[in-house]
Formats: sequence, C-alpha cells, structure tokens
Amino acid sequence: MRSTAHPWWVPYFFVSPFALIFLVFISYPLVESVLLSFEQTYGPKTSVFIGMDNFRFLLKDERFWTAVKNNCVFALASLGLQLTLSLGLAVLLNHPKVKAKAFFRLILYAPSLVGTVFVGVLFNLIFHAHDGLLNSFLRSIIPGFPQDFPWLQNYVMTAIVLSSLWLYVGYNMVFFLAALQNVEQELNEAAAIDGANAWQRFVHITIPAIAPIAGFVVLMSLIGSFQLFELPFILLGRSSGPEDRGLTLVMYLYENGFQVGDLGYASAIGWVLSIILIILAVAQRLMVRED
Amino acid sequence: MGKNPAFNLGMLALYALLGFFALLTLIPFVYLLCAALKTQEAFFSSHFLPTGDGFAGIAWSGLTLGNFAKLFTDPNIRFGRSLLNSVFFASITATLSTVFAAMGGYALAKFEFRLNKLITTLVVLCLVVPPSLLIAPAFKLIYHLGMLDSYTGLVLPALAPAYGVFLFRQAMLRSVPMELIDAARMDGCGEIGIFFNIVAPLIRPMIGTFMMISFLQAWNNFISPQIILQSPEKFPLAVSIAQLKDIYSTDYGVIMAGTLVAIAPVLCLFLLLQKEFISGLTSGAVKG
Repeated sequence: MRSTAHPWWVPYFFVSPFALIFLVFISYPLVESVLLSFEQTYGPKTSVFIGMDNFRFLLKDERFWTAVKNNCVFALASLGLQLTLSLGLAVLLNHPKVKAKAFFRLILYAPSLVGTVFVGVLFNLIFHAHDGLLNSFLRSIIPGFPQDFPWLQNYVMTAIVLSSLWLYVGYNMVFFLAALQNVEQELNEAAAIDGANAWQRFVHITIPAIAPIAGFVVLMSLIGSFQLFELPFILLGRSSGPEDRGLTLVMYLYENGFQVGDLGYASAIGWVLSIILIILAVAQRLMVRED
Repeated sequence: MGKNPAFNLGMLALYALLGFFALLTLIPFVYLLCAALKTQEAFFSSHFLPTGDGFAGIAWSGLTLGNFAKLFTDPNIRFGRSLLNSVFFASITATLSTVFAAMGGYALAKFEFRLNKLITTLVVLCLVVPPSLLIAPAFKLIYHLGMLDSYTGLVLPALAPAYGVFLFRQAMLRSVPMELIDAARMDGCGEIGIFFNIVAPLIRPMIGTFMMISFLQAWNNFISPQIILQSPEKFPLAVSIAQLKDIYSTDYGVIMAGTLVAIAPVLCLFLLLQKEFISGLTSGAVKG
C-alpha cells in the first residue's frame, strides 16, 4: 500500500530542523571529542597534540580511580536498594484491593520532578551535621546520639545514596507498576486455583512477565548511576567532599574541563565513561537474551 | 468478604507500609515549606512549624514571608530575574524541541526517502551517547561560534532531541494511519497543513508528555547554563540557587524559600497534567 504522490522535498523539509542541529551540535562535537582526547588544552583557545598521554595518565591517576570506585559503589547501592524498594512498592500498590492508587503514585513520584540541584540544596540542610533535620530527629529518638553527626564529612556515600533513594524510588516504581498492570490476571488466578502460593506466583508468573521492562529500568538506573553529577556536587557544597569521598566521573570531567581548563583530559574521561556505559549496555542485552 | 480477619490485617499492614513510604517522601517537602516560612530566630525551635502558645500550638509570630521578600529584593542575587530566565529558557526549549522532534518523527515514520534508514540509525545510536561526553567539545564549538554567554548557545544544542524523534516516530507508526494522510492529500490539503491539522491531533498525548519532559529537563538543567552562561543576570534558577548558598550561607530560611520557588512551578504543572504525563512516560517502555 503506497501513499499518493507528494513533492520529493516534503520528508526533507520535516526532518531538516532536527538534522541540521544534530549535525552541528551532536555529530560534530562527537568527532571533535575524539580529537580532543589526544590533546591537552588551555581553555577552548590553545591546544597541543599529545597522542595517548591523556589515557596513559588516566590509568595512573588516583583521583580517576577514586571516581570509578565511587560510581561503582553508588551503582550497586542504587540497583540493590533503589530497585528493590521500587519493585516492592509497585507490588504493594498493584494489590487489587488497594484504594487511592493514584494518590500514592502521585506522592511517591513527585520527588523525581525536583531537579537534582534543588535536591542537593535541600538535602544539604537535611544532612547538616548540627542543624539538620535528620540529626535533630535522630537525637530526639536515640538517647545519647551525638550532638553533631558528620553525614556530609564522613558518611558522604550514605548521604548521596539516601538522597537518591528519595529522588528515584518513585520514578522507577511507576515503570514497574505499569509493567505489573500488564500481567494477565487470569494466569495468576489459574495458578492460585492450582495451589501456587503468592511467592511462587510472583517468581514464576510476575517476574517473567515484567522482565523486559525490569531490564529497561535496570539499564537506565545503571546508566544514570554513572552519570551522577549535580546531586553530590551541590550536596557537598560544590566540591567532591573530604578526601574525594563524593567524587564521581562526571564531576572529575567537569573539574578538569572547566575549572582546570583541560578540555582534552575531560574528553578522555568522557570516552572512558562512554566505554563503561557501552559495556554495561551490551552486558545487559546479553543477559536478557540468555534468560 | 470483609469479615475475614487475616485479610483485614494484611490490608492494614499494606496500607501502613504504603503510608510509611508516602510519609517519608512527603517529609522533605513539608520541611522545605516550613523552613521557607520560618524567621531566622524561630528556625531551630522545632523541626517543622515553630511551636508556641498560639492557635493550634504554633508560634505564629515565628512565621514570616520575609524570606521571600529578601529573596526578590536583594540586588546581589536577582532571583526574580532568574525565575523569568528559567521560564523563558524552559518554555522556548520545550516548545521548539517538541515541534522539531514531532516533525522529525513524522518524516521518519510516514515517508520513504533515501536518507530515512541512515537518519533512523543515527537517531538510535545517539540514544546511547552519554551527554557528558559532549560537554567539552560542545563548549569549544559554542566558544568558536561566539555563542558563549548567550541564550542562543544554550538553547540551540538542546533542540536536537534524538530521544524525542525516536518517541514520536514510534507513536506515529502506531497511531497515524496512512489512509488519513492520503485522503487529506486527495482533498487538496497542503503538506504542512496535514502535519498540523491531521497528524498532530492524533498524537496529542505524546506531544503533551514530551513537552513536559523537555520543560522539566531544561528547568532542572544545571551543567549547560553553568558552563555556557557567564553573566549573573542571565542565570536560570538552577545556577543562581547555588550562588544563593554562597551569599546566605546560614540564613537557611532564604535558601529554602529560593528552593521552594524553584520547585513549586514544576510540581504544580505536573499536578495539572499528571495522568497524561505518567501514562505517556511509561507507554514507550511498556509497549516498545
């Protein structure tokens, strides 16, 4: 079934705004980032070709490895805590007898609308060692809780993970909930009649049915974990925290590119980050295929 | 049915758990609201609203709108200007990127032309490029184009949303029948007229969702304006809020008032559009 005639230029007209901006502001910078990763620059004006030196230096750069480690810790915590909570809440909310689903969904989803910068500012105060809400609450329920508890000095990663839980649990829950609502109820009821208990039904019917979307959510969370920047940066008062405890890869990229002025080294970090993300995406694809 | 005690107990536990997590989610919002309304003296008298002898056990004298007044009158931070900047930046980015993404998606979904396969492949590849990879080279490009410290330099790169083109392509493949376009052509409808009058109404939910996503992204974007803009009078809220923290380091009321002003508009917008937004958000993932 072919469509009736239209002038040849029509599709080009519709795709041109996107295509032009894409060429200039995405394709070109992408090529440029390859070139930049072999250069050392002093701001955007001057640069020197240094071959593989950026990557050689990167392998020996302790701060880079600290950032990699922090990102990995954060990614594992996100996957473990965040997705478990998201799925758990989605299962609770999907219970057929629960009233006011939309109300709970609305509340739990709301934090993800708040920009990470604003979350950083808000939680900076909540985690404040002396004046923070969290500590004054803990002091009031735990006798002998220290007057000052240094969340943002000594427990940086815990603070980042807790704030990110507030931010993203509801967001991922919405995806799980949508997937759960697509699970066929007849199958569940038939299994129940055949004597399968709730846990068996969850493992053998629900999990396989939501696997595709769960895979999507896992991949998105992983990719997101490695892009972490504003939340720790603002939470820690525009720094990487004491002893780089909150340093992330994108924060290190930003620091090198825009505070030091070496766009070359920043691009090299960007490429290592991209390769990590590509490996994660491919690994996730392969795992889904095997299931 | 409802007489079964085990069932009731289970439901009670279920509601208790949901209520507990809903409460945990709400506490930071309530804290923010209370903190923004407290005077500096009353700030530490309680966790939330200041307690006292007043009506409902609240020390009403400890509440003030002074934090907001300070915020909008302080010549050093120009918070009102930042608010306008954010509204301008987010609206223009959301509108243009939605129009461009819908147009691109339409071309890829409903036309056979030589570059179709190539562009579709590029769009999909683009979905895996981490935005942080482009920060440094895009900054260099914008510098050489002379667009640093301008809204052109900030908005233009945000107008090629590969993600949006992909979403619109999928939506049009699903919900825009070719027969309708053909019939319109036979009736002598112009190509641009077909797009705006026939195709666009069919994908209204996707337009709403994507506009909302792009608006949120622009509103909450920190790194691009932080890198591209230099004059404080051009800063959007995300950048000036960080400055607010430098100026009012311990005057928490003002900082929280600023944060409240920055997040309230998007929360209200979402409350108005939430049903359409959430179903649009998940439809791509569930059905795609």
